Amino acid sequence: MAEVQLQNVCKSFGSITAVDQMSLTIDQGDFVVLLGPTGAGKTTTLRLISGLERPDQGRVLIDGRDVTSEIPARRDVAMVFQQYSLYPHMTVRENLAFPLRSPLFSFSDEVIQDRIQNIAEILQISHKLDNRTTALSGGEMQRVSIGRALVRNPAIYLMDEPLSSLDAKLRADLRIELKRIQVELNATLLYVTHDQIEAMTMASKVGVLESGKLVQVGSPRAIYEDPVSLYVSGRLGLPRINTVPAYLFPNSPAGATTIGLRPEHIEQGQGEPARVIRLEHLGDQTQLYLDFKDHTIITLTDIRSTLRPDDTVYIQPRNPLYFDVTGHRVR
Amino acid sequence: MSFICFEYDLWDMRASADIGDCGSMAEIVVRNLRKEFGAFTAVQSSDFVVADKEFFMLLGPSGCGKTTTLRMIAGLELPTSGQILIDGEEVGQKPASQRDIAFVFQMFALYPHLNVRKNISYPLISQGMHRSEIQEKVLEAAKLLGIEDILNRPVSGLSGGDRQRVALGRAIVRNPKCFLMDEPLGALDAEFRERMAGELRSMHDQMGATTVYVTHDQREAMQMGDRIVVMNHGVIEQIGTPQDIYDYPATMFVAEFIGSPPMNFLFFEDTLAPEADTITLNGQSISIRPVSTAGRGSFAFGVRPEHISFDDMSPYRGRIDATEYLGTTQIVTMTTPNGSLKARLAADIKIIVGDSVGLAFRKELVTIFDCESGVAVTSSPDQDRQRNG
Repeated sequence: MAEVQLQNVCKSFGSITAVDQMSLTIDQGDFVVLLGPTGAGKTTTLRLISGLERPDQGRVLIDGRDVTSEIPARRDVAMVFQQYSLYPHMTVRENLAFPLRSPLFSFSDEVIQDRIQNIAEILQISHKLDNRTTALSGGEMQRVSIGRALVRNPAIYLMDEPLSSLDAKLRADLRIELKRIQVELNATLLYVTHDQIEAMTMASKVGVLESGKLVQVGSPRAIYEDPVSLYVSGRLGLPRINTVPAYLFPNSPAGATTIGLRPEHIEQGQGEPARVIRLEHLGDQTQLYLDFKDHTIITLTDIRSTLRPDDTVYIQPRNPLYFDVTGHRVR
Repeated sequence: MSFICFEYDLWDMRASADIGDCGSMAEIVVRNLRKEFGAFTAVQSSDFVVADKEFFMLLGPSGCGKTTTLRMIAGLELPTSGQILIDGEEVGQKPASQRDIAFVFQMFALYPHLNVRKNISYPLISQGMHRSEIQEKVLEAAKLLGIEDILNRPVSGLSGGDRQRVALGRAIVRNPKCFLMDEPLGALDAEFRERMAGELRSMHDQMGATTVYVTHDQREAMQMGDRIVVMNHGVIEQIGTPQDIYDYPATMFVAEFIGSPPMNFLFFEDTLAPEADTITLNGQSISIRPVSTAGRGSFAFGVRPEHISFDDMSPYRGRIDATEYLGTTQIVTMTTPNGSLKARLAADIKIIVGDSVGLAFRKELVTIFDCESGVAVTSSPDQDRQRNG
């Protein structure tokens, strides 16, 4: 386990800049989640660290050692992909043993069986070790593929949306499990996803990517409560942050052109009138769609709200986020 | 994905071209509907009524019979037995072509040699609509779907999500009276799905077309539906409004299938007298709504994550295992003597993993289930209504 550093790394494919001057330090024991939409450069970043891509510029350091020109096998990284690719003709045990039998290592059989047992217990698949992988459920298969990375004890684990092909319930279970395993092993982990729930619930640090640039790095709470830009503010939060022109409300600071309003930034019962468009009862929360001066604002209301379409609700901002014309935060 | 929409009053071209004109009713009645495929029974015996202009959701896991039900309403499958009435007319045994309906069937099938605009225009051109009106309607649909900037692109180069949007556009543009939809948002990414779900619903509010919508995504069902049918193994488990189904699940299946995280179950053995309003969890007496069915045996104490709070005075305790920050709220996972529990609490409550905390439950929203049958035994003022829809 070790610290991983990206220094000013750039990578282009033809005219497209996939990763743009990225600098990032992943400390020993960190769980860093790179969050961004499709095409933001998440997967390319992982591939640059693993050595599957060479940077056009910049350096990749693992434990202080410059690995920029090293082949993947020498870098001591383990990768988990979205699509679990297990050997179908092998048992779970043989699948887990496979990475350890690489000619790069020379582990005794005893050590290999020991590690497999240990990882299988952590992943709660001990009772399936001698099953064929084809006889496993989707969640078990993904646990085995994560296990195949874990047995190796590499400098860093790189995970590319490993939970996205699983159903919602399994995803929720594995989120907690993955976090627990990472803490238990004190593993260093870089995880990429476009799922904000995964980023918020697992990360010790979230890195927000925008068109190949790392625009903010911080704890999930810091990214949610204190985003540097309009773009970052929209990455976390459900319902999504509302963005309306600053002139709609009084007392905006100088230079602010846009107000960002999360549900907790909207005080109901005072201020100016808004028209109810509709309510959505999601069970644990009720979303309220408002029309305010021809802008739609989505906020939360009482679960048992008796509001009806075309009712009037008075609203005013409470400590909202302000942004300037370029989308940067105005404080 | 498949996206089916049909229009059963196509003979009235004028009416179908007017937004908001709902001259004809579109009530759909399903009675004792059953479908067998060989030895497999896909739908046991379904009964429900979709009211005119209702947005009606068929929700359940894969294989529960929801798509088969939809296909029988569309006329793409014939029922083994039972009736389907549309607008009071029995259509169940008629093939789609012989029903007094015209339908548009779309399964992600775009014309590969035409661009986006022409694909969306196609149904209108075949209706013989005026060119300027077509342009206007195509633009309107494209704006709704956020694809106005790709109207002149060939569909062959589009991403999966964009192709889906075009397919939706082609259905929307006809402004039909009745939509049947089979997971139309299934392949879209989460952010766009959330937005599309909101827009589909507001589109429905504008058009007022009766909609039957199949999904396995409980959040989508909750977000869009006026009422939801929850199905499992070909059987209707519950029919009701989203909030009623959420608050008063009729079965353990519904309790677990709806909500994220789902309803927690704490397991206990007890003897419940008629009208009992307390149960005993690990020696502690806990208040509940009165039970309607007495009995003894294994029960589950069902409580939703947001109906749990910390209370130092409570003798019923749990140990904190983990917390997950979600912005406004956090999900705290705990171990109790009766099983594990997830609570949704405000994000500013300080959580220390390993701490033992007292737990309080909102008794009016706790549901007790008989573990053997999986059916709720607690009564609620309007339980009959939710059970029977």
